Amino acid sequence: MPIAPGDVTWIEEPKIGVLGRLYLPAIVTGLQTTVRHMFGPKVTVEFPEQQPILPPNYRGVHRLNRDEQGRVKCVACYMCSTACPAHCIDIVAAPSPWPDREKYPETFVIDELRCIYCGMCEEACPVDAIELTSLYDLTGLSREEMMFDKEKLLSVFDETVKAGTDPIRTKPGHLSVASEPLV
Amino acid sequence: MPDFSFWITIATIIVVMGLMLTICAYLIYVERKIAAWVQDRIGPNRVGPFGLLQPLADGLKFLLKEDIIPERVDKLLFLLAPAIAVITALLAFAVVPFGPTTAPPGLGANEIQQYKNTYQFVIAPGVDIGIVFVFAVTSLTVYAIILGGWASNSKYSLLGALRSSAQLISYEIPMGMSILGVVLLTGSLNLETIIDRQARAGIWGWYIWYQPLGFLLFLISVLAECNRLPFDLPEAEQELIGGYHTEYSALKFGMFFLGEYTHVVTTSFLLVILFFGGWSFPGISGLEGLGGNILKLVVFLLKMSSFIVFYMLIRWTLPRFRFDQLMSLAWKVMIPLALVNLVCVMVVKEFGWPPLWLFPVSLVLVVGAAVVAGWWPAAPARVLVVMRGHEQAETVVH
Repeated sequence: MPIAPGDVTWIEEPKIGVLGRLYLPAIVTGLQTTVRHMFGPKVTVEFPEQQPILPPNYRGVHRLNRDEQGRVKCVACYMCSTACPAHCIDIVAAPSPWPDREKYPETFVIDELRCIYCGMCEEACPVDAIELTSLYDLTGLSREEMMFDKEKLLSVFDETVKAGTDPIRTKPGHLSVASEPLV
Repeated sequence: MPDFSFWITIATIIVVMGLMLTICAYLIYVERKIAAWVQDRIGPNRVGPFGLLQPLADGLKFLLKEDIIPERVDKLLFLLAPAIAVITALLAFAVVPFGPTTAPPGLGANEIQQYKNTYQFVIAPGVDIGIVFVFAVTSLTVYAIILGGWASNSKYSLLGALRSSAQLISYEIPMGMSILGVVLLTGSLNLETIIDRQARAGIWGWYIWYQPLGFLLFLISVLAECNRLPFDLPEAEQELIGGYHTEYSALKFGMFFLGEYTHVVTTSFLLVILFFGGWSFPGISGLEGLGGNILKLVVFLLKMSSFIVFYMLIRWTLPRFRFDQLMSLAWKVMIPLALVNLVCVMVVKEFGWPPLWLFPVSLVLVVGAAVVAGWWPAAPARVLVVMRGHEQAETVVH
């Protein structure tokens, strides 16, 4: 296909003066920058001693929230496992023993190794039952260990609430921690 | 050339080699620290206080790692290459003074006796072809690189080795020519004599004042010879994985590293010896005895280390050259400049003018080169053609 003359732009290589062709002044300027940074403030976070400051919308390990009576909030609607792009949520629903809902999760397993921590389960949940916490140092020695069941997920809730790192979001109107002002 | 004292030489070799290996290990630490500081990081600080034991940990890691010899390599050459890298690098150090030395004596018996009675801080004292020996041996490192790259039977290695051979051969020339001015001014190739001349003349007699252009050219070619940025094309990590040492692991990889850092140390010593008066410094030239010697040694080592730090700073200041830029710098800029510089030294020597005239001459040469580069009828002007309005914009370099 021929190129229309209007499509062509001719660009001259920029001219540099004698100082530019000497190169040495430019190198000295570069060295000044390097040396300035050498003695400038450092940005390293020395991890084990110094904990990182996480943004409020950090997406770490999941938790299953409890309601005021300590029961699991989840109503086993499968919205989260449907939304999950990694198919890492496995729920078995059963008739609820409590009168205020129809179903509850008999088992609720998240494969933490398969999860991509996108937070779509959290967005999909109609009752704010599943949430991502700011726990980031998730380790384990086996794959089985990283399959978090209902009890484990509830215990994550207990721990994070006790530690005060991830407040419960029960008030209507607050969509996520990210919408709240930074402490 | 004076006789060697066998046991003193053996002791010197053992001490110097031991120190050299330690220094090389710590250079890696220094390199990482400086890299970190320049990048606003802290750098290794976990092993020992301030990370000072890091080189030990690195060395242990090199020792304990699996030493892989890939299947289809040329085994003999593959094993030989790292050995050559280390041997040539260490061998070159034999004639390089690392502390206070005296110039080799004349023919008088008293002078020779006195010379023999003073300890010379160099493994092989009084080698009259010193600087030529250093250049001859260090240029052999290109063998290690080519053999390693060829024997590895890997495309990355081979490409790294090819680049390297072209680069090293090109930069040998300006390196050799840039120091010819110093050699002419001294009238000797002996490194101790070169130091001695500068020490006698005091700080204004250092050859940096007579040969600033020579210093600049030598510094640039030395950076290229050491494969250090901005001339690290042979091992450009981003383009060639590891260049010629892609296929090497464990201690063999460590040996390439060792050779390279030894090279850095040797060339830093050379820079100090040729242009900054070696161990001499105002106020300490006359000092004798143990204290004076130690002071001179420390001054020498400080000068040398400041060059090493400079190498490392340059590494984080300049981007890597493109291959054609690398070649045109050597052939079109440095070699002509070195030649003209050499002619200027010859003229000054011939007519017996004060050598300090060479300082303004060097400045004029540098600026003149920049001016001439502007007039020079360059290759057809490179014009970029940018096409718009198609699905993909293209850029063509004419």
